[in-house]
Amino acid sequence: MFFRMVRGTFARQWKKMLMIAVTVALGASIATAMLNVMLDVGDKINEELKTYGSNITVIPQSEAVISKLYDVENNDVQTEYIEEEKIGELMTIFWANNITDFAPVNDTLAELNGTEVTLVGSWFDHHLEFKKKGTVYQRDTGLTNLRSWWDITEGEMLDEQKHSENCAMVGVQLAAEQNIRSGDTVTVECSGRTKQLEVVGIFESGDDEDNYIYTTLDCEQELSGCGDMMKKVEVSAITSPDDELAVKAARNPSLLSGDEYDLWYCTAYVSSICFQIQEAIPEASASAVRQIADSEGKILEKTQLLMTLITVLSLFGATLGISNLVTSGVMERSQELALLKAVGATNGEVTLLVLTEIMITSVIGAAAGYFLGFAFAQVIGQSVFSSAVEMSGMAAFIVIVLIIAVTLVGSIPAIRMLMRLRPSEVLHGGH
Amino acid sequence: MSKLLELKNISKIYGELHALDNVSLTVDKGEWIAIMGPSGSGKSTMMNIIGCMDKATSGQVIFDGKDISKESRRKLTEFHRDKIGLVFQQFHLINYLNAVENVMVAQYYHSMPDEKEALEALERVGLKDRAKHLPSQLSGGEQQRVCIARAIINSPELILADEPTGNLDEANENIVLDIFHQLHREGTSLVVVTHDDEVGLEAQRIVRLEHGKITSDKKNDNFHE
Ligand SMILES: Nc1ncnc2c1ncn2[C@@H]1O[C@H](COP(=O)(O)OP(=O)(O)OP(=O)(O)O)[C@@H](O)[C@H]1O
Ligand SMILES: [Mg+2]
Repeated sequence: MFFRMVRGTFARQWKKMLMIAVTVALGASIATAMLNVMLDVGDKINEELKTYGSNITVIPQSEAVISKLYDVENNDVQTEYIEEEKIGELMTIFWANNITDFAPVNDTLAELNGTEVTLVGSWFDHHLEFKKKGTVYQRDTGLTNLRSWWDITEGEMLDEQKHSENCAMVGVQLAAEQNIRSGDTVTVECSGRTKQLEVVGIFESGDDEDNYIYTTLDCEQELSGCGDMMKKVEVSAITSPDDELAVKAARNPSLLSGDEYDLWYCTAYVSSICFQIQEAIPEASASAVRQIADSEGKILEKTQLLMTLITVLSLFGATLGISNLVTSGVMERSQELALLKAVGATNGEVTLLVLTEIMITSVIGAAAGYFLGFAFAQVIGQSVFSSAVEMSGMAAFIVIVLIIAVTLVGSIPAIRMLMRLRPSEVLHGGH
Repeated sequence: MSKLLELKNISKIYGELHALDNVSLTVDKGEWIAIMGPSGSGKSTMMNIIGCMDKATSGQVIFDGKDISKESRRKLTEFHRDKIGLVFQQFHLINYLNAVENVMVAQYYHSMPDEKEALEALERVGLKDRAKHLPSQLSGGEQQRVCIARAIINSPELILADEPTGNLDEANENIVLDIFHQLHREGTSLVVVTHDDEVGLEAQRIVRLEHGKITSDKKNDNFHE
């Protein structure tokens, strides 16, 4: 009976219901688009910001050529190394003071309890001394700063002073898969060599590294048998934003005029720092890692604020629209609704009937709006952030909650009118 | 005979206007009363108060020994759907539901819709073969009979009818009056508002209202079952 009545309303007031659905769909689509973009692209950019703790990587020149040629990162091809000794040169360059941290990062494939994992050897809080032309350079550097975003979920950060070289940090995902806890001892095998490593901590990085196992550089070198060599150095440097000169220089420094060259060399551009690193370590190739600058982060924040505002406004508009449509719908039907009351329906029952109709309409509208909004999100994602937007369950959930709230709030005026509807006044009209 | 309904000093005041002015009236169980009077005399106002669709400004309404004038709106609604069947002057039906469904709406809000019972009610008003017709496909008289079927479906103790024959021709008027006689014989109380002397004279008792006051209250000597 109830649904027969609901159906009757749809049959009779389909135009109004369609308009409500369209209003809801519009509101929902904008909310969906904005939320999906905010949640997804925001995450992506934040992830990138986090991931690139270093902004320069230094790799052996030969490998740079190979990976440029084939555009691949292939561990098997890598045969050339940089001597560990040479890393000290980083402290001697003109912009040495702008280099805040650096560390060798040697990754290798190893077997952990029969599964293949990536084993990374690096410095944690390494004390480095380097003598050159009678000067002693020294520095404490390593992953402790270069991975400042790591969240130690268990145990502690590896400490080279305190722990032996045969200690390890395990990524949270790997730890979960292999049921590794801090304090455990794990057996790692690489190129026929085996080592027992004590796990001192579990970390969460939020990226692929969650599947890695980190150990000291010495330990990795012994396991992989590469001696005192480095496969890669991560460098974090304070740089000046690129301008025209930097762009020109990045193409080919030798094309600069003398004055330009001096200006470029003495400005902390990423490209000039890389250039100087290559000067100091000729067998290395230094290149800038694409990094989202702070200013871009701020723009992101502002964009998110703007998107939030658009969402709020569109939902506000939808609420007003729904409120109008529902009220006029109830007004049109006042006779019918009064009759239901005269026949014995309570206020609650009539409200339930009207709300059910509106909710069904809203749900249909919201579903349509969600997919529309998702398509819209792709357009925004591609054109503004050049990144596809993933469908977010969170966004769907928020949209559902928002639309229900919008529909309910929008129905309040109509429901109040409905409550006040007196059958005696409506039905006996024309006293 | 025991009292079904008692109005005690009921007044309904709209601003300056006393639509009902200190009216007292008793309806016994099984009694059939006609309420007559000129337009604007307060007949519909009185019906609304009896039918729990409106509240009096002052005075008491006692139904089955219970004072209902102080009850909440929700209680009044429950009360009215259990005890009272309403028939209006205009044939108020839900126009997208067919005849039997219109009757079932009253069942739905009372207890449970039961198509068989609803069809029986339509049969009583002689409309079984029109059960699947929409109101727009029924004549005025037929629509009013659907309203009566809806009013009696939950076996009310009291039928309140406001100008039930006002818009009907003579033939249909007679059909409706026959149904009222039948209900009366079954023991249902009836309060029927009418302008029409002929309709009024079918009742056991005739109450006249003028300017919100009862001016006469007489037994109808010509009443016949
Ligand atoms: N809601 C209201 N607000 C103000 N005045 C009202 C209201 N309802 C009724 N009245 C007034 O109360 C008086 C009695 O009205 P009521 O409807 O009871 O008359 P009636 O006897 O049913 O008349 P009719 O035979 O024309 O139906 C009228 O003067 C009417 O204008
Ligand atoms: Mg009237």
